[in-house]
Amino acid sequence: MAGSTLASPTVDAGIAGVERARHVSPGMEAWRRFRRHRLAVASLVILGFMIVAVAAGPVVWQIPINDIDFGARLAMPSWAHPFGTDDLGQDLFARMLYGGRISLAVGLSAMAVAVVVGIIIGSVAGMSRGWIDAGLMWLTDLFLSLPALPVLLLLIYLFRDPLKQLVGPELGVFFLIVAVIGGFRWMPVARLVRAQFLSLREKEFVEAARALGASKWRQVVRHILPNSLGPVIVAGSIDVATAIILESTLSFLGLGFPPDIPTWGRILFDAKDYLDIAPHWALFPGVAIFLAVLTINYIGDGLRDALDPRRVM
Amino acid sequence: MSRYLLRRLLIAVPSLLGISIVLFTVLALAPGDPFGELATNPNVPAEVGAALRAKFGLDDPVWLRYLHWLVAMLHGDWGFSFVSRMDVDRLILQRLPATLLVIGSSQVLALLVALPVGVLAATRPYSIFDQVANTFAFIGFSLPTFFTGILFILVFSIYLDWLPFVFRADIAATGWRWYWEMFRQAIMPVAVLGLFQGASWTRYVRSAVLDVIRLDYVTTARAKGIAERAVITKHVVRNALIPVVTLVALSMPAVFGGAIVTEQIFRVPGIGSLLISSILANDTPVIMAVTFVFACLVILFNLLADILYGWLDPRISYR
Repeated sequence: MAGSTLASPTVDAGIAGVERARHVSPGMEAWRRFRRHRLAVASLVILGFMIVAVAAGPVVWQIPINDIDFGARLAMPSWAHPFGTDDLGQDLFARMLYGGRISLAVGLSAMAVAVVVGIIIGSVAGMSRGWIDAGLMWLTDLFLSLPALPVLLLLIYLFRDPLKQLVGPELGVFFLIVAVIGGFRWMPVARLVRAQFLSLREKEFVEAARALGASKWRQVVRHILPNSLGPVIVAGSIDVATAIILESTLSFLGLGFPPDIPTWGRILFDAKDYLDIAPHWALFPGVAIFLAVLTINYIGDGLRDALDPRRVM
Repeated sequence: MSRYLLRRLLIAVPSLLGISIVLFTVLALAPGDPFGELATNPNVPAEVGAALRAKFGLDDPVWLRYLHWLVAMLHGDWGFSFVSRMDVDRLILQRLPATLLVIGSSQVLALLVALPVGVLAATRPYSIFDQVANTFAFIGFSLPTFFTGILFILVFSIYLDWLPFVFRADIAATGWRWYWEMFRQAIMPVAVLGLFQGASWTRYVRSAVLDVIRLDYVTTARAKGIAERAVITKHVVRNALIPVVTLVALSMPAVFGGAIVTEQIFRVPGIGSLLISSILANDTPVIMAVTFVFACLVILFNLLADILYGWLDPRISYR
């Protein structure tokens, strides 16, 4: 441990001195590659705009989400209500801005859970040989062959009420959905991380670190893990999209958030009985989910181009 | 081949056992008593409640309860639906054909879209066709099934009034007319599910074909003067399908998720809509059984994929 910390600054300084003239940081290099994927850049702009809108929107657009106005029932989009109103005359624009916060927050937090669990399980499996590795991979395969949505529904059915009593309806459902979605999306990350670990741990630079006396923990955290993160970032970005779809699906089936929390899926669920008289009610949240998922998928595609060093660009 | 099949079957057994353990653990960990409603119902006397608990073995240790549950499941004794007042296995058998019909035909549709489009796109990489196909594939798998379903209903049932948007199991017609009505009402659910799957499979097929098409043996086949068409269909596609089969098998759980949503939108009387309605009605035995059936279907489809795998790549089955 001590040996490697003492040795590395001098080594780093030597390399940096020679290479300074044409040194490009890995981040800049990735950004240069990412920029060449035009649709990914456009998606980044659109998604950024959506995030700013849902983050700052409710401050600017001050109509409350539960302001019932039977005079403006099922109104078409107008200047007073840019996205129209629902069957209680509630302003859809305000509701969508509010719901977007939750949908995006669920997507990001579920991705974080999935990536953290996946990295832990994948790296433990990748570093240990023998029965621990075999057992963890069996577990991963088992989870991969579980039908996610039915089991998700089962879990929500069984644990919804107790959690609601424990931490309140909104937070309870939020935690449950994030934990459950995260708990069903870690397998691809775990497999990726393990595969990366298996090849990286035999590489010369890891061997050098080991020869210098780096502990196993340091080998993993400083040398192996940073080099295996590229595919994980790509998988993680796709996971955000999957989590948003799953959360909307649950809400759409009437089993996600309670009716007073208008996530995009929930608005769509409420709107589906009024398709013939108020199609705008279903179209706006549907398009919002679609745009969020599409842009995230394109950004994932751009990240794949940016972070795959084997691809020549 | 038969030894390979036997080995695959034997591998499926521990997966099924694992899944049953996971499902049972979930049920056992759940706070509160799944049969609590019976016990707290004032109309049910305490001794009847206790007798019921004893009958269902709710006070036994967990492993014993699991064994009892497993043996009962294997005997086909899946419990009694509180809501429908009938045995769960009969209820599920009634609903299963509709689900299998929708899922099966949507998979066929997905393959019919994904194979030709993916192969064509890969043989002309970065052409206009490839870019259009790629864009549509991205849009296709970014559109969640519930939104496509609503769009289809909006366009084809409400504005154009071509197709019915409620799937009926009891069509009052016979002969050809029955098949025609059945076909008409199945179009939208099958299309929603099939196009979603087809979009993601197109990308799998494209990248798999692109990987294979650069290999030396393909050049050899061309050098021998085999027609381009034969090179693609006989030499490239068959080998490219091997990774595709794996990916398709891996995406099977997602297909069942999509099936639940489509069944719910179009009110297809399958096990997916049964699952939702029993969750809304707190019908625990049905929920457990349907989840287990979905798990079994996933394993079954994985097994089919393995068989297909052995046929596509004989090396695997002789190992």
